Amino acid sequence: MDAAALRLSLSLATLTTLLLLAVGVPLAQWLATSRFRLKFVVEAIVALPLVLPPTVLGFYLLVALAPRTPAGRAWEALAGRPFPFSFEGLLAASVLYSLPFAVQPMAAALAAVDPRLVEASHTLGVSRLATFFRVTVPLAWHGMLSGAVLAFAHTLGEFGVVLMIGGNVPGETRTLSIAIFDHVEALEYAAANRTAAFLLAVSFVVLVVVYGLQRRPLAWNAR
Amino acid sequence: MERALKFEVERRFRGGPTIRARATLPLDGRRVTVLFGPSGAGKTTVLRALAGLDRPEAGRIAFDGEVWLDTAAGVSLPPQRRRAGLLAQEAALFPHLDVAANVGYALARASRAERDARVRELAARLRIEPLLARRPAELSGGERQRVGLARALAARPRLLLLDEPLSALDAPTREALRGELRAFLEEAAVPSIVVTHDRAEALALGDRMLVLVGGTIRQTGPVHEVFSAPADVEVARTVGTENVLPGRIVAREGGLAVVDSGGLLLTGVDPGGASAEAYVCVRAEEIVLEDAPGHRSSARNLLDATVISLAQEGALVRVALDCVGATLVALVTRRSAETLALAPGRAVAAAIKAPSVRIVPRAPPA
Repeated sequence: MDAAALRLSLSLATLTTLLLLAVGVPLAQWLATSRFRLKFVVEAIVALPLVLPPTVLGFYLLVALAPRTPAGRAWEALAGRPFPFSFEGLLAASVLYSLPFAVQPMAAALAAVDPRLVEASHTLGVSRLATFFRVTVPLAWHGMLSGAVLAFAHTLGEFGVVLMIGGNVPGETRTLSIAIFDHVEALEYAAANRTAAFLLAVSFVVLVVVYGLQRRPLAWNAR
Repeated sequence: MERALKFEVERRFRGGPTIRARATLPLDGRRVTVLFGPSGAGKTTVLRALAGLDRPEAGRIAFDGEVWLDTAAGVSLPPQRRRAGLLAQEAALFPHLDVAANVGYALARASRAERDARVRELAARLRIEPLLARRPAELSGGERQRVGLARALAARPRLLLLDEPLSALDAPTREALRGELRAFLEEAAVPSIVVTHDRAEALALGDRMLVLVGGTIRQTGPVHEVFSAPADVEVARTVGTENVLPGRIVAREGGLAVVDSGGLLLTGVDPGGASAEAYVCVRAEEIVLEDAPGHRSSARNLLDATVISLAQEGALVRVALDCVGATLVALVTRRSAETLALAPGRAVAAAIKAPSVRIVPRAPPA
């Protein structure tokens, strides 16, 4: 198996998952508790990557962040190099593309937390943020973990977005899924099989973990 | 000026009722105020506004001079800064924490030793020591409410709000906890507001009562007074037409108890418990008026009475009676009133069966 591609895929998936935890948890909490009238629109936007071909997302990202656009120049100032064909660009696209996979299970678990418990904590003088970490997270952690694991696995297996944004730069944007494609194109079926079997095994284990978490929450979540 | 909680809240529900409640409650540590009303009257709305969990459309809440809410000035203190403890119908204990951690939840900033000491003290007071290591899922309903109360008290609240604290319990547990709850509240010495629609609960727990009907507070006063003398027909319909007299249990025999209320002796079924202080409750329709005193009857209570006044209420007549100095209200049909030729000044016998005399024990007011 291509060690550089494996390393790249793992670091892309890890960083994407961490970023999605930072962005996705607040977003999921907002979706779970907000009474904003147009919330359904936000929900639809978050879910878009589920139905959109990755090529569409990749295409618009490329157009929006092309080096000569204002957004593209801002990106370059921030990341130090142009958006296309860079690891950072790939990371940003992955975060967007995996957003619903992280946010939806998180939001579902957060919405299932009894609001009366949160209110009880507030009347006991505990701040909103402390309440989130002391009550909400312990009661919704399985959903948050599901979201993180799904986002990780989904990023690991990503193909279309990588090809659109990242191309095929070894050590930079050549992930495992791209490597498989290369192997098949080159008729190296044995190498393709090794990588594919690895991804298959990882994906299966991840899904078993996720469904296990959802089926057997700890006793106190079964209300 | 006496310390007081003043509130005036207005909350509109789309397609529903409008709640417009205002009251001033003296903040005397050992007093319990009952907020009484039928379901849908707005009791919980008022309580949530006081706790800071809901923001009324308009209103003002001032606790001992401190403004908690003033919609006109854009002031709304968050619940964390009001320090009003809340105990709801289901105690809403944190299911992922054991009882000790639930009780100590508000004490995150205290040192471990301080927290443990406070948890132990409250556990002893509320008799939940054997439960400290258990999870809420392993507790009975009554145990949960005690833990909930301990958790609220641990935060040293300035005001305690109890939203139908006993209504989720089965009848025997409810009766047992009712008397204890009054003692707990007195011992805690925190001004308390109890929301309930249960008359026995109001009598057993409360000193003062606010009657909420259709979103507005219609009557305020000592509990037994409100029950005995409803201000208007709607309050009467809400609280029921009932004679409530404060008294003391002076004798207990064979499952019956005799209560002395200012010289008037009434026999009813012994409610048990050690408390001598009690209310006697007799529904107006349970009082039978008879012609001549001095005959035999199966009724344990045969009282000499004098008619004070009569009031027509449809097919019924409400008769106010003077019984050894106490005023009782009886409800009879118009036909009976005519047969007996009831008129002010007429002497009659009032017969009440012992099972119709309800004795509600209560702790003596501190």
